[in-house]
Order: sequence, then structure tokens, then C-alpha cells
Amino acid sequence: MTAADRILLGHGSGGKLYRDLVRDVFVEAFANPILERLDDAASLATSGRIAFTTDSHVVQPWRFSGGDIGRLAVAGTVNDLATAAARPLALAAAFIIEEGFFMDDLRAICASMARTAAEAGVAIVTGDTKVVERGAADGIFITTTGVGEIVVDHELGAQSVRDGDAVILSGSIGDHAMAVLAARDEFHFTTTVESDCAPLWGLVEVAVAAARDTAPAAAARATAPASAAALRFLRDPTRGGLTTVLAELAESASLGVEIEERAIPVSAAVRSICDLLGYEPLSLANEGKMVFVVAPEKSDAVVAALRAHALGRHAARIGSITAAHPGRVALRTVLGTRRVLDMPVGELLPRIC
Amino acid sequence: MTSARIPALISELRCEARDGLVYMEVCGTHTMAISRAGLRQLLPAGIKLVSGPGCPVCVTSTADLDRVVALARRPEVTLATFGDLVRVPSSRTTLAAERAAGADVRVVYSPLDAVNLAQAEPEREVVFAGIGFETTAPIVAAAVLEARARGVANFSVLSLHKTMPLPLRALLDLGETPISGFILPGHVSVVTGTACYEFLASEYAVGGVVAGFEPDDVLEALLMLVRQTAPTIEIGYRRAVRAEGNLVAQRLMATVFAPSDADWRGLGVIPGSGLALADEYRESATEERFTIEIEEPIEPKGCACGEVLRGVLDPADCALFGSRCTPADPVGPCMVSSEGSCAARYRYRDVDGVV
Amino acid sequence: MCLAIPMRITAIDGALATIVAEGLEQHASLALVPEAAVGDHVLVHAGYAITVLDAEEAEERMKLFAELDEFEAGQRDGLD
Repeated sequence: MTAADRILLGHGSGGKLYRDLVRDVFVEAFANPILERLDDAASLATSGRIAFTTDSHVVQPWRFSGGDIGRLAVAGTVNDLATAAARPLALAAAFIIEEGFFMDDLRAICASMARTAAEAGVAIVTGDTKVVERGAADGIFITTTGVGEIVVDHELGAQSVRDGDAVILSGSIGDHAMAVLAARDEFHFTTTVESDCAPLWGLVEVAVAAARDTAPAAAARATAPASAAALRFLRDPTRGGLTTVLAELAESASLGVEIEERAIPVSAAVRSICDLLGYEPLSLANEGKMVFVVAPEKSDAVVAALRAHALGRHAARIGSITAAHPGRVALRTVLGTRRVLDMPVGELLPRIC
Repeated sequence: MTSARIPALISELRCEARDGLVYMEVCGTHTMAISRAGLRQLLPAGIKLVSGPGCPVCVTSTADLDRVVALARRPEVTLATFGDLVRVPSSRTTLAAERAAGADVRVVYSPLDAVNLAQAEPEREVVFAGIGFETTAPIVAAAVLEARARGVANFSVLSLHKTMPLPLRALLDLGETPISGFILPGHVSVVTGTACYEFLASEYAVGGVVAGFEPDDVLEALLMLVRQTAPTIEIGYRRAVRAEGNLVAQRLMATVFAPSDADWRGLGVIPGSGLALADEYRESATEERFTIEIEEPIEPKGCACGEVLRGVLDPADCALFGSRCTPADPVGPCMVSSEGSCAARYRYRDVDGVV
Repeated sequence: MCLAIPMRITAIDGALATIVAEGLEQHASLALVPEAAVGDHVLVHAGYAITVLDAEEAEERMKLFAELDEFEAGQRDGLD
């Protein structure tokens, strides 16, 4: 292994080494006409409203079962755009890399980013790289920024949510958090759990379609796509898990949320790890799941559409919005008893007691 | 996990329970399990469930918590701890805050991980903060022996371990609250067996049932308690607990540890209720390696954890509960500990605020 | 006061056992249960097995857990 196999401070200094890195690693992996121009800014054309978002990604270790930091970086931003019902238009990726990082690892990360971007139908059109001294960064930090075209005409968000709306979850929870935990090997266990990290625009697209008003009167006015106003709210339960998404929704909407514990998909393996270490599945991070709030008359159609999609096979309605207990989330346990769901507090700590 | 037996257990309890029954559980894991399942909502009005001093973190005194912090602050020390201790407030700080300020605090799942850590980093002095009752103490004992066997000299234990039966005696002697029976700890009893609880029935006329942790286990134990015609000690958790306990674990504990005086939050010093490293193992005791100096401990103002731990004050009746003291911003350990009575009540309260 | 979960021993190497639950594999010390054998179900706390569980009941419980794999959620009756 030679020095050429690692990232050097020189790679971040803007000269030839930097240009070579950009060409041989980033452009090579992300391969698209806009990026290949290597302008300082990418020119894009769009019509209508756009969504704009950014996310930083720091994960140790950088690779885990089912994904890696590259996949996370692309999927995370695509998914944030998806919560605005925005088709991803373009991504930017900024890297802060610690001196000494293996070139092969960087190539693998970029290949993963390219693959994930292709799944989402989007390109990484611009980026930046900085290199810091050994010890000044934890391996690699990636910030992705995304712009997308909003495909609905109505306002999505907590303010659109109504008493009686259905709360739908696209699949099992806790997979990503437990896959990363296993990879960190602090608690020495192996598991079949894989991160669910995936770009969800395709899944959201089918949900939007299912939510569109298909009544004859609407179809007759078909100069524009039918209204998707039945789709009220979208959020992906990343750090803080399902409980955080629901608690924030309840607070912003000044409405209550009621969910059924028995309806929430949790894999047996995730449950085992949670039982072992004392974690609560509802508060664990996911990177390939979406929460939908939908008008009740469209709930079945949306669930069916999600289940027909590869990333939504275990989608289920898990509860409802209610006028009771505004600002609070209630869980009905499998025993039929009821308790509140608060946002998790502080870092995720295992317990033995 | 649910079970088809639960509706039947509930209806039998509703039939057979008289009024005015007060059952105390003395195991933090039971506290959590009961609240998490919302069992209080299912019980007939005549049964009241009360939590006792079953959370090993909650019953650790502020002074002892300060000692852990003092050790963590030493530059040569790696403080290895169970996750349970990291956010607990001591007089002025928490281990989480100390770690952010540069202390070497590592969360481990097993004391064996701490031994491995010591072996891998011989330049560090690894101090393991030993909390827990008889379920955990034999495991720490085994880890001490393992460290010895491997010649890992940079490993020591700060033993804050306590044993179960004596605080029950102290509680009953205080007589502050009438107790109809005990839901006895499930996993402590795996180690101790049941002989150590016999005095509850014979000297205090209070019965007890060793219970498992699933909702149906707890309900079954309650039904057994309700059905007792005379105070007796019974095992409900038959698949795991034997009357004689785990003799190997008991011997390990008795070899490596010796009874000492322990200071219990809420109960004061109970002679013989603690575990200190026995004479032949003193060199594995952290106090032999470091002089641990602390300032006068500061008890959190207005904190009623002591009364909660004795079962005298219901968490919901504490003036600070849910207002000044919440899991996000806790005053005392009962609210921040993963098994604290207050934390359990608050985190799993009914959505109308009814606990 | 202690989180301990039932797991099944699949291999033993000296005092260290390989133990499994649904989708999970770990190692635990058998120092407290030297009589444990491959195939036994044990309760595991903080990296150590603390007791051997009654075989029949343990098997039943583990099957119960596996059956409740939530992808079939919604089948069970509640209490009301």
C-alpha cells in the first residue's frame, strides 16, 4: 500500500492533485454531462415550485450491513425532498475528508452514491472537497444538498392535517439503527438486520398518484393533474424515530395522534436486540421509511399502492389524527391499554438494569 | 409480548381481588414493565401497585455518584460503566457532561468488555462502576476473577453493589405504608433463590411471589398473591427461578465480595446490605488504588426521590413531577434512570396525563 | 432489576457460548452455569448466562415471540 492509496492534504488544496481526484474519483463515479463541465455552479432549468434541502452525514463506521455513508447521503437528501412531494432534480455533494482516508474506500463510497442516485433518477451535478489533518474529522463527512420539483399543487404539512386523517407507515422500523449499532461492534453481537437505507421518491410518487382525486368531475377538468390534497403530510422517521415524527406533528398541528402498537411493523431481529439492550423500537432511526398522513377515504388506496412497491411491502395504517389530546401522541398497547409517546431524550443508551 | 391468557387473568383478578390491596414491586425492571404495558389500567380498583427501592441506580447515594465522577475526572482513568449511569445527575454534573468535557467514559454492555478494554489498553487504568443487585454482582465477580486469571492488572471495580432482602426488612420496620404483599424480583431471585425472603412471611406476615417480566407473568403473580390464604413466598416465574437459586453464582459472589454497609437513597445506611471486594480481592478494589475525594454532596433541591423509593410518595404526587422534573430535565435519579419509578410513570403515562 | 433475555446455545468453546435469539447472535460466558449444554435455552444478562431455562416453556415462549413477528400485525384480539 503506497501513499497514493490514501487521501493526502494536497488533495484538498485546489491544485493538480485536487483536479486529478475530482476527475478520477468523483466525475468517474457520478458521470453526468453537467458535472463533467466542472463549472463552479451547475445550471439547471425548472418550472413551478421547487423544494430545497440539505443534510450532513456522519456515521461510524462508514459501512454497515445494507448500506454505507454514501448511500445514506444520497438517500437522505432525496427523501427530504420527497417529504415535500418533490421529484429530485439535482444533488450537490460536499466532502470533508480526513487525511489518510483510503482511496479505495472513497471510490466505494462514490460508487454507492452513484448507484443510489441512479435508483432515484437524479444526478450529482456539483460538489466540493476539503481535506483536513489527521484527527480533525472522523474519517469522512458528507453534506448533500438537493433541489427538486414539487409535483403537487397544494400545501403539504402539519397545517393541512385534519381530525380523522389516517397515519400510514411504509414499513418496519428500527432496522437502520440496529444495523449501524451492530457494525460499531460496541456490544458485540451479529444480526441479520440490514439497514433499510433507500431513496424513496418512487415510493412517494405512487402514494401521490393514489391520493389524487379521481372523481369524474375532476377527471373532466383534466388540464392539470388531479388534486392530491388528500395527501396531507410526509415525513421520514430518521434520528429520533417514529416517536419524534409523530410528536412534532402533533405539536405543529395542534392535534392529537393515536397509534396502535400491534399495527407497527417491527422485525423479530430488531425486537431481539431491543430486548437485549433495553431500546425502544419506536424511537430508533430509519433511513428508508416514510410516514404519510392521508385523508381517511384515500387511506386504503395509498396503503395498497405502497404495498405494490418494492420499498413499501409492509406498509400499514398505524393510526389516526384526532381532535382529542391536542399536541400529544397516544399509543394503544397490544393489551388495549393506553400511554403517551414522548420524544426520546438524549443519546441512545443501552441499559442492563 | 401479549398472551392469550391475559384476558382470563384480568377477569379472575377482577373476581377475586378484595379492596384495599397494596402490592409493592421492588425491581426496576418490573416498574418499567408494569408501566410500559399500562397494567394499572387493567387492574381492578381494589389493587394498588406501589414501587419500592428496586432501581439500583436510583438507590445509589449522591455521594457515591460523586465518587464515580471524581474517578472519571482523573486523566489516567478510563471509567467503564453500564449505560444506565451516564445521564444520572450527581451533585454538580453527569457522566455525559464529563465526557463532553474530556473525561474518558466508555459505555459497556458487560463487565467482561471492561476487562477486555483494560487488556487492550494497558496504559489506562480501567475502573468499572459496579452497580446492580444480585443479578449483576456475580457477573462482576466473575469478571474480577477473569481479570486476575489473565493477569490484567489495570482493571479495578468500584463496587456500589447492594443486596436485596435487607432493604425490604428496613422498609417493613419503617412501617410507613401498609403492604399486602411483594412482587419479588425475577432475576435477582434467579441467583438468590427464595429462602432469603422467607422472613417476610414468618416475621412480618407479608407474602411474596417471584414474578417474571412479561405482562402475563406480572398478572399471574398478582393472582397468586390475591389467592394466598396465608402469607407465603412462592415462585411464579417457574421457568427461570428455582427455590435454591443459582449456587455457582452465589458462591462466586461470596468468594469475591463480602457484606459491607451501604448507603441507600431514601433508606439511609443499611448495615450489611452492600457488597465490597473481599480481603483476598482488595487489590481489585478501586478504593485501594485511588484516594477518592469528594466535596459535600448536594442533594437536589425539593427532590423527593427518597420517599418515592420507600413507596411512601407516589411519583405523580411529587410536587416536581412533570413540571420541574421530567426525563428531559430531571431533578433526581428516579426520573432519569431507565428504571426509575418516576421515569416509568412519566414516560408511560396515559395521554390525558393520568398516570 | 435486570434485563435478561432468553437465548439458545448453539456452540460452546471453553466457558464461552455462542447464543442466538431471533435474528441475533452473541457470545456469553457460561461461568455461572457450567452445566449448560448446546441446545439449552439460557437467560442472558450483561454478557453472562445466569440460568438454564426450563426447555419446554422456553421453546414455547420463543415460538410465541416469532409468531408475533409483526408483519402479520393486527390479528390478535385486544381486551375490549
